Amino acid sequence: MIETDILIIGAGPCGLFTVFEAGLLKLRCHLIDSLPEPGGQCAEIYPKKPIFDIPAFPEILAGELVENLMRQIEPFKPGFTLGESAVTIEKDQENKFVITTNKGTKHRAPIVAIAGGLGVFSPRKPPIQELSRFEDKGVEYIIKDPEMYRGRDVVISGGGDSALDWAIFLSEGVANTVTLVHRRKGFKGHPDSAQKVLDLAEKGKIRFVADAEVIGVNGSEFLESLTVKHKEDGLMEIATDHWVPLFGLTPKLGPIADWGLEIEKNAIKVNTLDYSTNISGIYAIGDVNTYPGKLKLILCGFHEGTLMVQSAFKRLYPDKNLVLKYTTVNGITGFDE
Amino acid sequence: MSMIQIIIVDREGLEHKLDAPTDMDMNVMEVCKASKLPVEGTCGGMAMCASCHCYVESDHALPEMSEDEESMLDEAFFVEENSRLSCQLYLKPELRGLRVRLAPESA
Repeated sequence: MIETDILIIGAGPCGLFTVFEAGLLKLRCHLIDSLPEPGGQCAEIYPKKPIFDIPAFPEILAGELVENLMRQIEPFKPGFTLGESAVTIEKDQENKFVITTNKGTKHRAPIVAIAGGLGVFSPRKPPIQELSRFEDKGVEYIIKDPEMYRGRDVVISGGGDSALDWAIFLSEGVANTVTLVHRRKGFKGHPDSAQKVLDLAEKGKIRFVADAEVIGVNGSEFLESLTVKHKEDGLMEIATDHWVPLFGLTPKLGPIADWGLEIEKNAIKVNTLDYSTNISGIYAIGDVNTYPGKLKLILCGFHEGTLMVQSAFKRLYPDKNLVLKYTTVNGITGFDE
Repeated sequence: MSMIQIIIVDREGLEHKLDAPTDMDMNVMEVCKASKLPVEGTCGGMAMCASCHCYVESDHALPEMSEDEESMLDEAFFVEENSRLSCQLYLKPELRGLRVRLAPESA
């Protein structure tokens, strides 16, 4: 069991900065994030994009912003549970929250701050009728265990790095046949990988169907074939055991939506006094919350996290008086371990 | 403020005539969101997600597609010859009467 004072769900910029503000009040934090690295959207969607509205930074790359935040919070020794998403929440006898991830990791804290942004990044699913019927019966959105494809016929869709890398890997003595169906001849993925796929296609190790798109899935209990629409040749059917559509990740609010929080249009309603939710002890900050006048800006998330930890402190220590201390006076005192 | 009218066809086939300013650096995705049409625009308009995929049905001369936009359409579904990311279509007087159909939503 991981124990902390404030359990922050979401390690994006807002969640990260909250560790700093909590640290100033001697509160410890632990962060949970479904992505394998901290940084949220900044790291996952646009690390190389410049941001121009962070105060005192005329221009900063999103990736650099995350690096700086990690440096800024380092003295406060936050814990991280990365690559796991928070799934269930319960209250124990001591009135503390216990949050369990999809991998079963348990966390316990008196305060929960949801800084989940737009939600958990999940594979983007093609809007094809009957697709859900074949999930885990031939259709997989992520490759967990490549051994599953040994000796099988596999179709991969997509033009990004994961599509290219898996097509290459599975074609090298793992799958029986590998077919790559892609909407154009060019690829988004790394040029070296793209060249390798084209070379393997030349050698007949990968069947590359360009200018085409899977539009239908067929089979009785298990997937048996795909209906593919080619730009010029029209419809064709490809017999296969597996289809792995790799179309990137898209954020979804996910299990948090079922925690009994007041939700409005995929966002959690909060009181702007302290960004508390309808559940006592749970706060929501950053892009995940909503209130009259809400702006989804990193800048505003920082402000929300700052006010939120003040409220959390008063909740934890109702008898202590809190005095605002400027960091310019005494600097900061981190935690030893 | 100079305004143009553009037509958005939603996923139910309903036409929406929207008045939009050409001097506010606005793109079609933003105009749709401002009018509460169901366009996600998850990345905020950087051509970094594909949630504002649309089909341009009128024959207006459009800006060339950037490599970012072209690559991002790889992650969209039901991509056609006239597919674009609506966040990359900035409103200009030349786009008066632009007709755009929203692409199916992905799950």
